Amino acid sequence: MRTDPIRAARPLAAASLALALLAAGCTGAGQTGEGAEADLDVSTGVTDDTVTIGAHMPLTGPAAPGYSQISVGAQAVYDFVNANGGVHGRTIEYLAEDDAYDPTRTVEVTRELVHQDEIFAMVGGLGTPTHSKVVDFLNTEGVPDLFPSSGALMWNDPEKYPLTYGYQVDYTKESKILGEYISEEFEDAKVGYLLQNDDVGVDSQRGLDMYLQDQAVSVEHYESGAEDLSAQIAGLEREGAEVVVCACIPNYVALGLLESARIGYEPQFITSSIGGDTVTLRGLLSSFAEQAGSGGDPDDFLNGLMTLGYLPPVELGGDDPWVAFLRGVYDEYGGDAPLSNTTVYGMVQAVQFVRALEAAGEDPTRASLIEALESLEPGGPGLVPFSSTGEDRGGYAGGFITRYEDGELEMVRDPAVTDNAEGDIEPAEVDRPLPEDIGPLAQG
Amino acid sequence: MEHFANLTLNGLATGAVYAALALSLVLIYQATRVLNFAQPAFALVSAYLAYAVTAATGSYWAGFAAALAAGALLGAATERLLVRPLRNASPLSPIIATLGLLMVLQGAVGMVWGNEPLSFAYPLDYRGRFSPADAFALASVLLVALALFALYRFTPAGLRMRAAAIRPEAARLSGVRVGAVLASAWALASAIGALAGMLAAPPFLTPNAFDLVFVFAIAAAVAGGLENPFGAVAGGLAVGVLLSYVTGYAGPELTALAALVVLLTVLALKPDGLFSRAAARKV
Amino acid sequence: MAPTHRAPASDARPDTAGPAKAATATRAGRRPALGHPLLRHGLWALAALAAVALLTAATGPVTDLRVADVGLHLLAVAGLQLLVGTSGQVSLGHGAFMFVGAYTMALLVVNLPAVPLAAGMAAACAAGCLAGLAVGAATARLHGPYLAGATLMLAVGLPAVALRFPDLLGGANGLAFTAIGAPPALSGLVDDTQWRALVVWTVALIGLVVLATATRGRLGRHLRALRDDPTAAALSGIPVGRARVTAFVISAGAGSLAGACQAYVLGTATPSTYALTLSLVLLAALVLGGLGSLWGAFWAALAIVYVEVAGTELAHALELDTDVRNNLPVVFFGAVLIIIVLAWPRGVHGALSALGRHRSTPSQTGDS
Repeated sequence: MRTDPIRAARPLAAASLALALLAAGCTGAGQTGEGAEADLDVSTGVTDDTVTIGAHMPLTGPAAPGYSQISVGAQAVYDFVNANGGVHGRTIEYLAEDDAYDPTRTVEVTRELVHQDEIFAMVGGLGTPTHSKVVDFLNTEGVPDLFPSSGALMWNDPEKYPLTYGYQVDYTKESKILGEYISEEFEDAKVGYLLQNDDVGVDSQRGLDMYLQDQAVSVEHYESGAEDLSAQIAGLEREGAEVVVCACIPNYVALGLLESARIGYEPQFITSSIGGDTVTLRGLLSSFAEQAGSGGDPDDFLNGLMTLGYLPPVELGGDDPWVAFLRGVYDEYGGDAPLSNTTVYGMVQAVQFVRALEAAGEDPTRASLIEALESLEPGGPGLVPFSSTGEDRGGYAGGFITRYEDGELEMVRDPAVTDNAEGDIEPAEVDRPLPEDIGPLAQG
Repeated sequence: MEHFANLTLNGLATGAVYAALALSLVLIYQATRVLNFAQPAFALVSAYLAYAVTAATGSYWAGFAAALAAGALLGAATERLLVRPLRNASPLSPIIATLGLLMVLQGAVGMVWGNEPLSFAYPLDYRGRFSPADAFALASVLLVALALFALYRFTPAGLRMRAAAIRPEAARLSGVRVGAVLASAWALASAIGALAGMLAAPPFLTPNAFDLVFVFAIAAAVAGGLENPFGAVAGGLAVGVLLSYVTGYAGPELTALAALVVLLTVLALKPDGLFSRAAARKV
Repeated sequence: MAPTHRAPASDARPDTAGPAKAATATRAGRRPALGHPLLRHGLWALAALAAVALLTAATGPVTDLRVADVGLHLLAVAGLQLLVGTSGQVSLGHGAFMFVGAYTMALLVVNLPAVPLAAGMAAACAAGCLAGLAVGAATARLHGPYLAGATLMLAVGLPAVALRFPDLLGGANGLAFTAIGAPPALSGLVDDTQWRALVVWTVALIGLVVLATATRGRLGRHLRALRDDPTAAALSGIPVGRARVTAFVISAGAGSLAGACQAYVLGTATPSTYALTLSLVLLAALVLGGLGSLWGAFWAALAIVYVEVAGTELAHALELDTDVRNNLPVVFFGAVLIIIVLAWPRGVHGALSALGRHRSTPSQTGDS
């Protein structure tokens, strides 16, 4: 239909187009009007027997290491659900597209997912620099944007992004909890920060500074992609930091531990949730244990490490019904790599989506999915409440702190919740459902 | 002052890696006038093979030997199959062909070993301000540089290499098998590149682990002068120390910018690199 | 931009050189003046724009985005073509100029939303030219691999500026914004993505007309003489330094405009987009497309966008292990590069001209 007037007089049309372009050139490039409200009463991506969802994540390139287990975990849960009858009889088609952590590619693959693959919802788009470039688009197009894999604060903004719902505890909340714990348990200690030089670092420092302003003696940064932390660790040691808080991904936690061991510097390391996957850390450090002397076990590096968590750590093993369940699913449908806390991260993301999709009813629409999300029980696989209400969609609202010792975790700070502003830190109570309480998971 | 000493030692250890890779780039450039973009991929494949061999045999040094052999093989094969057919094409063609090879090999490594980091052991104890592992890195690179000097200066093989590189037609007429000589130059250079890979791989190895190492190695090679292997070694060490100071005193986000400024300054003063004139006399 | 589309060559008048090339296009249809290269290039540009309009009208938003992507990469590679193909200076840092353009555009849209798009593009182009002047002057004495090494470091070093000034440039997260879409008058006829594709192609084609004209004119002759024999060129009175720096400036301006287009279309400017890979891919694609002709730049732009797409689709089509599937597109791109360089050392354009023989003059737009 659109082609006809142009086809009639090709050069003329081109000329008038060019004129129109010139005319339009006089409006401010940043002056965009309010778009029309997208229609949510649709079931794009839903057929009689499938529901298609998508995600963007770095599967290749310099930023890929550390993330691949997330989609493997999510896929395992969907495979399990699909093998057991799906959700209301529909199987879940999960498209995890590679964006190499390059926002340009993120925009492209997201538009392909929305326009070409016609996904029902985006579930678990990974990364702040990447996902922040498509969050506007998804909201304008009326695509539910569930559980971005990032702790940025911007996902919890119902006014601006009515269709976006956060997942992981945000960087400021978790670092407030860490900051309070350090200020209470290590009240006279000098504290150093080791931060990733992006929003992770900035948001984390904000939370830490609320409690540790007087104790902080040194702030070191690293660029993601760097291969070496020797200058940073040397800087922390020089300032005499006795406690080092890391807001870093596991690679850099491992590098920090190793570098400290190299120069004989032994501070108390405490990591935020993104770096605290002890299973991954053990794997990364496995080659250096022998050279570190004593037992020749990577635990020599890790013993004493404190970590903030919000999901059930795999170290809980059979003591936790969800860990037991997820391990069973992963053993059957997962990959060759050992089940890690990063895998659990992706699996829980999938579980939360499956719960919402089931509650969205026999014939889900985007509107009913949103409605279902907003009435989702706060108790989920996590050990702290999960918030996806109309006003607060911050996802997991807090965390707990554990201390690692020879493969066991000791709870040193019970689950607590807080906000990302001046609010207090309060004990969290959560009523966790069992896996068998959740329809699509119980059929197995 | 102690901090300064620490930063210097750290810088020398990483600089040794840049020096080794820069050295391999310079040797190949001297032989065939090609800036070999596949060099970091050779180092990568070699390091991953070493990982596999070490895992199978339990011996780091078996892996080390496998890496050097793999590097040499890759170098010779590339010269023979990719660079030689393009010797009459535009000078850009072999560069782009090696760039394609870089993509293929990097992707292939990801296919075989995945994109997750592998825990890669140090050759020797890594503990200490200037650990045995650091000393090994520095010493091995300096030793290689000396051996090369001896090879080029005092042996007929070295003479043939120089002849084949500078005057291939004349060399051929005087009975030098130019093809074999160039292929062995690539093999030798790529074995040194594999050494760089073995030094750069610990502690964690990923398919993109050598990207930045490669960039700084090129900067080192260019700053030192592409005609001079010693320029490459000196350049590599200097870049390593410089980046360590920048990280320690100014901030890690500035390393690439600082390297750019220094490189432009050096080249503004000496457009053919710091050691260009010495090169003309010696090699 | 299908080469088969032809515009009527009889009814238009030449315009003066300068930034108002769009005027050349829009005022077509008054006085006949055959033969002036600017005119012919302008008509070609018009025909190409019409073809793009048709194409985007007939397809959906995903194709629109890819068409826009081809357009902006065409402009970027065409700029590189002038530098590498015509003047023989090998730059591995073209992505750095795209970075400059993208951030100029992003800063304007974010901080001064009232600035019109055309002014934003002009500002980006100016910023790129300034950056090109600085880099060109700093590297004027460098040759061959030394220039390549310096520009490679530029590609890696310059984006780090965004990390140094996080408050202004957004740090590692970069800047996100929504730029203006289709004018309300055209609502229903043209959607936002399609409109943006047309804007990109308009900018790209204006840029191409300038580049084609410069390549055919005195500057182009000087640069070719310089490339083929610098000493002879200097002896015959060609201002060597000035010509080389001018090539850098124009090339950087084109790259910067392409970056501005990219920021405008995608609504983002982020340092990780302008990583070294981008610069290397631009140069590789140029060689793949064919050195010395703007047609080469066209094939290059197609390859940059569609080889990637093909690789991804291939990976999806085959039942593969996860690691293999994830890494297939990059291996595919590398393999295509190697095969084309080996099979057609003069690139796709070179191979096609040898085949067809009807476009045998390199270093022109192919319209002669």
